[in-house]
Amino acid sequence: MEFFTTVVQILDSTVRLSVPLLLACLAGLYSERSGIFDIGLEGKMLAGAFAAGAAAAVMGSALAGLAMAVLISVGLALVHGFASITHRGNQIVSGVAINFIAAGSTIILGQAWFSQGGRTPSLSADGRFGAVNLPFADAVADVPIIGPIYSELLSGHSLLVYFAFAMVPFTWWVLFRTRFGLRLRAVGENPAAVDTAGISVTWLRYRAVICTGILCGFAGAYLALAMNAGFVKDMTAGRGFIALAALIFAKWRPVPAMMACLLFGFLDAAAIRLGGSPLPLVGRVPVQFFQALPYVLTVVLLAGFIGKAIPPRAGGQPYVKER
Amino acid sequence: MAEAAIELVGINKSFGAVRANRNIDLKIPKGTIHGIIGENGAGKSTLMSILYGFYQADSGSISVNGKPTVIDTPNDAIAAGIGMVHQHFMLVENFTVLENIILGAEGEALLGSSIAKARSELERLERDYGLEVDPDAIIEELPVGLQQRVEILKALYRGADILILDEPTGVLTPAEADHLFRILAQLKEEGKTVVLITHKLREIMAITDNVSVMRQGEMVATRKTAETTVEELAELMVGRRVLLRVEKGEARPGDFKLSVKGLTVKDSRGVTMVKDVSFDVRAGEIVGIAGVAGNGQSELLETIAGIRVAESGTVTLLGEEIDVSGATDPGDLRDRGLAHVPEDRHHVGLVLQFEENENSVLGYHDEPQYLKGPFLDREKIVAEAGENMKKYDIRPANPMLKTANFSGGNQQKIVLAREMEQDPEVLIVGQPTRGVDVGAIEFIHKRLIAMRDQGKAVLLISVELDEIRSLSDRILVMFDGRIVGERGPDATEGELGLLMAGVESKEAAE
Repeated sequence: MEFFTTVVQILDSTVRLSVPLLLACLAGLYSERSGIFDIGLEGKMLAGAFAAGAAAAVMGSALAGLAMAVLISVGLALVHGFASITHRGNQIVSGVAINFIAAGSTIILGQAWFSQGGRTPSLSADGRFGAVNLPFADAVADVPIIGPIYSELLSGHSLLVYFAFAMVPFTWWVLFRTRFGLRLRAVGENPAAVDTAGISVTWLRYRAVICTGILCGFAGAYLALAMNAGFVKDMTAGRGFIALAALIFAKWRPVPAMMACLLFGFLDAAAIRLGGSPLPLVGRVPVQFFQALPYVLTVVLLAGFIGKAIPPRAGGQPYVKER
Repeated sequence: MAEAAIELVGINKSFGAVRANRNIDLKIPKGTIHGIIGENGAGKSTLMSILYGFYQADSGSISVNGKPTVIDTPNDAIAAGIGMVHQHFMLVENFTVLENIILGAEGEALLGSSIAKARSELERLERDYGLEVDPDAIIEELPVGLQQRVEILKALYRGADILILDEPTGVLTPAEADHLFRILAQLKEEGKTVVLITHKLREIMAITDNVSVMRQGEMVATRKTAETTVEELAELMVGRRVLLRVEKGEARPGDFKLSVKGLTVKDSRGVTMVKDVSFDVRAGEIVGIAGVAGNGQSELLETIAGIRVAESGTVTLLGEEIDVSGATDPGDLRDRGLAHVPEDRHHVGLVLQFEENENSVLGYHDEPQYLKGPFLDREKIVAEAGENMKKYDIRPANPMLKTANFSGGNQQKIVLAREMEQDPEVLIVGQPTRGVDVGAIEFIHKRLIAMRDQGKAVLLISVELDEIRSLSDRILVMFDGRIVGERGPDATEGELGLLMAGVESKEAAE
């Protein structure tokens, strides 16, 4: 029974830890499916987290924090769009620049405004997204097996967790069942075909990066307002890049993206839970080993265990009308 | 004259200093097939892109079905009933046929009902025009002929009455091209207007009602196809009289320069493509190898050039045997006096991203004459490239220009200039005039004859039977990897055609 509880607890934190990855991964999916590579997920998420922490601290409202996170993240996404769509700049360079801007400016502004070494003030309950208890969660908590699964694993997460997982089928539906999705996929494969069909490539790609900005804002807000109680410098800790790896791992498809993010989240959860405690057979394993696991997995997976991941064919190339 | 489906008046378009279209007037009668011919770069595609709203004209006006129409975007063109089949297909390769067809014409924001509607509409179009394609097939798994059909269906699905086809046969096999022409004839019967852009005179004569000729951005003439000839059109296109058949004197064959004995070659899939082939090429003669593409000619050429490894047999170059089992690299053969004009200039002959002068010495760049110590002697290379550009009439004559910016015919001349100017003893040439304009073809043929008259040995491989017949002193026919016959230059097309189809002799055919 103790083992079962441990498993449920690890899975519970798997869900929590995979949410920022999942939101960032789906964010990247919109942009990259439209042919705009985005390695600036990390930066947008970080800036979003800071904006969420700062706004929630000042206004005392989690929703205000979320709104500000989305606003700032979309703003940065539009900068990336302006550089890579309108001016046909290099998408990698633009993405890197956004990461640097976010990393530097969040600390400077945080220190200037709050004087807490780059942190934002700790948030009270109003400033955070609290746990949502599903109906009857308490009532069934004592039922064996189903009880803990329902009340621990499924219930008791913040609203953003449910939002993130709801975005998976929603993104699939948008991508494969709507006109916007059809055009989005087409523009990432062959923008000339879209252009000659009488659709604006520029406007379509802008809409895609705006979607990316919105979801990155949610990811940042989750970090600052749900997982933690405020912004801490560099709190994204490479999650934007792990999300990018998950996106490639998932071959730019929503459901596999969720699976990949859950896998990375599970490794994280296992690292936290098992780190430092002796394991059967192998004994005590250094905590660093577990912490390195997600990154090792990223390298191993990308090095070829996933088969050939074919990115959207027009990805990374600015569209230039030519004949 | 019937009502005009399209009328263009005074169209001008410049790209920087280049005037791509100058004062173009054009009237295309309804329900006809109208050809537009001109050399590469004459401005045909620009004109059609203006009509399709891909570019905007600097000045001039467009009327569609008698109504003045402003076409600023492809949407405007589609709304006016104009559809275009581009030279490079505008299809999303990993989408299904149906998805490609509805893209941009989905109707509603949700796909569910529009897909069902599109499917039944597509079935109707396929039935009406005999354009069968599986709506659920993935584009990249379809042969090019069917991909083109999808492009046509795409235009018809949008309600196009006027269909523009830009160089539609460039990617098609002769049989596919014939099928396309039957489709176009049927579209015409249904009352559609078809505009066919091409630089192939034969297609114009075969299918069009009227033909307009463009040269250097100007519309120089419009003729009824029935009242004109290939010779007249060629002259109008190039601006001077063109010899469609080369004049040449008797060959004076000398010593054996290249001898191939019992050569057998497998391709990368392990299929034997060249089977026990033997022949000689002597100084002062052109030996042509005819055959339908894919009968081993390409592999034969590549093996002699040292690119491909042979299973067995020997190749003797200037009396010295070459190791055909893989120990000889193409550079060695160049040093020994063999020049090679490859069949595919884009993948094998040139680095398109390089400047012209860099390509003009590619493969010869390590010869002392182009070196200054360990470095390339750029001044000399550029000067020599400039001279060759004049000699071979390569336009624009700027050796610093990126090679990708030259037209196909000029790129071919860059390769020919490089290989011929090194004064080789033996020249092997694959498809020397593929995708080349009429004027440039004449020039290339003359140069090849000149090489022969200087006492060089020339081996020519071409799928163009006319080319083989007009240049060669001896014609070898390849079928299924074997040489199935040798004929003189006076062999008839029918006789060679039978051999190319694998019928060994006339008696056997009867």
